[in-house]
Amino acid sequence: MTLTQQRKLKTILVGIASWTIALLLFFPIFWMFITSFKTELQAISVPPQLFFEPTLENFTIVQERSDYLKHAWNSVVTSFGATILALIIAIPSAYAMAFFPGKRTKDILLWMLSTKMLPAVGVLVPIYILSRDYGLLDTQLGLVIIFTLMNLPIIVWMLFSYFKDLPKEILEAARMDGASPWGEMTKVVLPLSVGGIASTGLLSIVLCWNEAFWSLNLTASEAAPLTAMIASYSSPEGLFWAKLSAASTLACAPIVVFGWFCQKQLVQGLTFGAVK
Amino acid sequence: MNSLTKTAVACAVSLAAMNAFAETQITVATVNNGHMIEMQKLTPEFEKAYPDIKVKWVTLEEGVLRQNVTQDIANGSGLYDVMTIGMYEAPIWGERGWLEPIDTSGSYDVNDILPSIRGGLSYDGTMYASPFYGESSMVMYRKDLAKKAGVTISDRDSWEHIRDAAAAMNDPENGVYGICLRGKAGWGDNMAFLSAMANSFGARWFDMDWKPQLESDEWKNAVNFYVDMLSKYGPPGASGNSFNENLALFNEGKCGMWIDATIAASFVTDPKQSKVADQVGFAQSPYAVTEKGANWLWSWALGIPAATQKADAAQKFVRWATSKDYIKLVGAKNGWGAVPTGTRQSTYENPKFQKAAVFADAELKAIKSANPNDSTLKPSPYVGVQFAAIPEFQAIGTTTGQMVSGALAGSLTVDQALKSANRSADRQMRQAGYY
Repeated sequence: MTLTQQRKLKTILVGIASWTIALLLFFPIFWMFITSFKTELQAISVPPQLFFEPTLENFTIVQERSDYLKHAWNSVVTSFGATILALIIAIPSAYAMAFFPGKRTKDILLWMLSTKMLPAVGVLVPIYILSRDYGLLDTQLGLVIIFTLMNLPIIVWMLFSYFKDLPKEILEAARMDGASPWGEMTKVVLPLSVGGIASTGLLSIVLCWNEAFWSLNLTASEAAPLTAMIASYSSPEGLFWAKLSAASTLACAPIVVFGWFCQKQLVQGLTFGAVK
Repeated sequence: MNSLTKTAVACAVSLAAMNAFAETQITVATVNNGHMIEMQKLTPEFEKAYPDIKVKWVTLEEGVLRQNVTQDIANGSGLYDVMTIGMYEAPIWGERGWLEPIDTSGSYDVNDILPSIRGGLSYDGTMYASPFYGESSMVMYRKDLAKKAGVTISDRDSWEHIRDAAAAMNDPENGVYGICLRGKAGWGDNMAFLSAMANSFGARWFDMDWKPQLESDEWKNAVNFYVDMLSKYGPPGASGNSFNENLALFNEGKCGMWIDATIAASFVTDPKQSKVADQVGFAQSPYAVTEKGANWLWSWALGIPAATQKADAAQKFVRWATSKDYIKLVGAKNGWGAVPTGTRQSTYENPKFQKAAVFADAELKAIKSANPNDSTLKPSPYVGVQFAAIPEFQAIGTTTGQMVSGALAGSLTVDQALKSANRSADRQMRQAGYY
């Protein structure tokens, strides 16, 4: 086998492997999507049905029973609100740690990341009581604050990595021209890191959109996002797979479309530093 | 009158008018069950009758609902004004003062509520939650398969007879299993079923000194019988099945028999959901050494947390949703086969309901025969048929359920499972200060 043939074979094998993994990852979403067009009886039938007469009944039921737009609006406000707030806090922090590191900067970064290792349920009671006392239960603001705190470590880490990669010489040049630290950040660092900030923001939005634990525990009727709407379709006594799939499809749709448009930035953000 | 006075008077009049039309908004937390969803749809009827009250709904998954309402009640958050709770929570929370007593005065007709259901939702004679629908457990079986296998199912059979019938109907090659039972771990899953079964074998959860009795011969007999029968004649992967999984199997025509909540009767006889709707027969839960406690008793009920600021409006809603008139409203709007059952004697006396629900007699008999205050052959200190109404039971029941599920899956023996469960229960009861 010649070298060219070997390369061709390798490309084909890598292609097959990539497609297989992609299809495996996509399959649950595909199955959820087609189940949403089945009747409850078709949804549970064994063997599973791939070909059937589709119905929109489940979507009608979801629309009738749940205020989809209200849940979607809550998801949009909390996801974007928390992301913006987190970026406002994280950008100066990451900038300071990247360009003015102290003795304990690495320890602080590691400590921040370690908070992600604490199971959320471990702090449920104190956060619930604080939310109650400050009137934040079942409010969008309450969720925005929680989501911000939840994603802050990841956002700081990602931005720190971006900022670290900026050539120091550019900043030195700015300093020579008399730029203050604030001027360096706003006029040099931020314009050079727009791509990184965008991908970090996108990742944060996706994480907030998918968050269920705090959404279910801290909201009731007013601020419940789409994740809480999906959970309401699980039933202890009765068939619910088709309706649950319809609710999930509706909940996923906006973020899938959003992700589709922003996939370039998203992939850049997720794979950043992977080849170093 | 100068302009300032005029403005002040105008403001006062406007404010008075606003107050006169001020709306009270109540939030109702509930689970996603067919009857509950129907209640949600009929809310405009309530709002028509009480124009000053608006109802907001929060539908949650059962586990999440339990967690949320417990948090809400224990912390006095007042997020919910009406909450759906079960027969397990009502007496415990009533005793702690977490719930408002239900106003049963006037036209509510509290005496029409089935006594066993009413008793299970009360503490010290006071009703702390109003039943929205109630259920017991019973045998649902395929008449066609029984006939084909040459077996008969009578009104109340012994467990031996049920096992033999399961063996006769078992035809795994054609995808039919003799019996489908709950196997998924959980105090409300496999242990709800198994507690009632163990009662019929003469077992009890605790003796009069609150010492766990899971290593008793009665428990061993019951669990051995259950594991043996379900392993031989049950569907594969039975240790992962609970109500919904078995409902799906039965409706697909894959179970000869299914012993579970009476509420399932309306699902398995519904041609829209079930492929075997016209072939289902009903019988009372089987017995071993006693009929006492052989079938469970449960009710989803509406309770009012003591932290609510809108108790009056909440009482009005609970009285409306659990009244005879509400049942009539559902009957008129959706047909008598769709009314919430298991709560009121008048429902079962209604000829329209009797005609619409083929399972009515079996369900009423099962509910009436269950007594949460006297459910074990040997004396026991607790209230409840398939649970003990003490706060520690959720953890004890779930741990025991995990052990039994492990025995069913073959990862440990029945004796090992019960020994571990008993040791764990003993530790929890000791820590809780029972002895």
